[in-house]
Amino acid sequence: MSIRENFIISKRYNTVAIVLMTLGVLAIVGLYITNGSSSDVHKQARFWSALLHNSVYFLLVVNAAMFFICATTLAWGGWQLAFGRVSEAISAAVPVIGTICCIILLLICFGNNHELYHWTDAEHVKHDKILTEKSGFLNKNFFAGWTVFTIVAWSFLGWKMRKLSRSLDKNPPKSKEVGRKYVWNNTVWAALFIIVFALTVMSSIPWLWLMSIDAHWYSTMYSWYTFASTFVAGLSLIALFVIYLKNTGYLEYTNEEHLHDIGKFMFAFSIFWTYLWFSQYMLIWYSNQPEETTYFKPRAQGPYSGIFWLMFLINFIAPILILMSRGSKRNYTTMAFMALLIIFGHWLDFYQMVFPGPLTDNKTGETHVPMILYDFGVALGFVGLIMYVTARALSKAPLLAKNHPFVKESLIHHT
Amino acid sequence: MAVKKFVTGNFYDEAVLFPAVKKVRREGYKIHEIFTPFPIHGLDKAMGLRDTSLHTAGFIYGITGTATAVGFITWALTVDWQLNFGGKPYFSLPAWIPIAFELTVLFASVGMVLTFCYLCQLAPFVKKDHFNLRSTDDTFVMALECTEKTNEAEALNFLKSLGAAEVQVQYKETSWWLGRYDKDTKIFERKSELVQS
Repeated sequence: MSIRENFIISKRYNTVAIVLMTLGVLAIVGLYITNGSSSDVHKQARFWSALLHNSVYFLLVVNAAMFFICATTLAWGGWQLAFGRVSEAISAAVPVIGTICCIILLLICFGNNHELYHWTDAEHVKHDKILTEKSGFLNKNFFAGWTVFTIVAWSFLGWKMRKLSRSLDKNPPKSKEVGRKYVWNNTVWAALFIIVFALTVMSSIPWLWLMSIDAHWYSTMYSWYTFASTFVAGLSLIALFVIYLKNTGYLEYTNEEHLHDIGKFMFAFSIFWTYLWFSQYMLIWYSNQPEETTYFKPRAQGPYSGIFWLMFLINFIAPILILMSRGSKRNYTTMAFMALLIIFGHWLDFYQMVFPGPLTDNKTGETHVPMILYDFGVALGFVGLIMYVTARALSKAPLLAKNHPFVKESLIHHT
Repeated sequence: MAVKKFVTGNFYDEAVLFPAVKKVRREGYKIHEIFTPFPIHGLDKAMGLRDTSLHTAGFIYGITGTATAVGFITWALTVDWQLNFGGKPYFSLPAWIPIAFELTVLFASVGMVLTFCYLCQLAPFVKKDHFNLRSTDDTFVMALECTEKTNEAEALNFLKSLGAAEVQVQYKETSWWLGRYDKDTKIFERKSELVQS
């Protein structure tokens, strides 16, 4: 069997990606005409919420692919190298989606609509004791600075990791010492990424981008919960690309042993997500403080309860029952189905994180659920963008980092 | 309780053992067991063993644990002794999830350990025959069970040709018995028919 080293983008794949991106642009335009251009602040907020929800979600998901590489590198893991180039290619979408996300966030932050981020309204903050006290953290300058820094740091460190990985393709390490030095160098850069990741995704970024929508409320579990959500979706995305490439006859060295381990990650982190989701809910339910329960009132019992419990079904019950057995984690069809389901489930998770805040009427206290079809359109646009960028990144380098010192460990991997 | 006849051989290398297992199976010999000092990845598959049912047992124990916890607390707090905790309803499921989780883990882990011991016939005072003491130290010991159709001399030579050392014909007890190591006769000193290579 001949080895197909380089990925060649098929015409059909390209067409699908471009059609999806067009759909996304159309959805955004449609949403702008029907909602964004309206003089009603709630309708405008609905437009911005859709953009915020999708861009932040897909940015964090593609960034999770780089986190996966760095975490396994830091642990000196070798098993993931057979498909390592796939996760690298997915993370190449971080600068692209990051730029889009950054523009959207800055527009929301400095724009005239304060329904999403109440703390951007200087008049409102003056009369609001809680927001005044939080203004050391929740202010426009810090938000903008930290957002730009974060996205630049992710993009730079991701670019560095990809460059390190590709540097071996043409000049294999000549001696053991050179190989050791390479592994060490790789580890140091991975550790740097993890530190930045811990300071951003695992702590401050979800506070700024998402939790500040409900600025009066806070939860110390929120960032972990967001991280778990995006990490399991990121793993599912890797699994989807691996399965697609296997189906089209690439990645000869990746087999069901590797898929089995990705499946274990998806299974484990689905449960981890549920653990955080439930812990956050239970503590608030148990103590029953009015300022805390306001967050869950529209979500668990109000108009968003359908989405809330559907998400629980998709993100917990389905993975735990379907992915539990060994056979299903080694089955390409089951894994593809579960990966799609999990990505959709966590997209819903982000939906109910973003939307109830801006769509609550301050006077009546009523929360609305917008028509979800436009959001699907915007999401498809981002999916198309990820497909487009990832395929381009994949086709630029060989699909196997064959000169990596640990690569044999991955080729003979056995679970 | 049955004493059977076996042909055994020692292997020193996984690279020799794996092709040997393949050839032994193709020749139609019945592999009784391969004893190794440490788990070898893929050996179970090479020997054609079926997957263990320990997972299924664990799942059933876990579900039993969940059902026990939720069932008992529900009965205790809604039927038998209703208590008002801060105005919460009597049936307040979220508060019971941690306990249900703990009992799931407890039932599953304890049940699986006991099941594992049962499957491996491990218990205090249970004794079993060894084929070769070095299977706990540095060699892999393959034991072929002899049936009435087996020609022992042929089997011995076959094992030797596959790279086995110390090939022997042995009579061994296949089952377990109760006894004490300090008072019983030393099982390793029991007679076994020895055919040196």
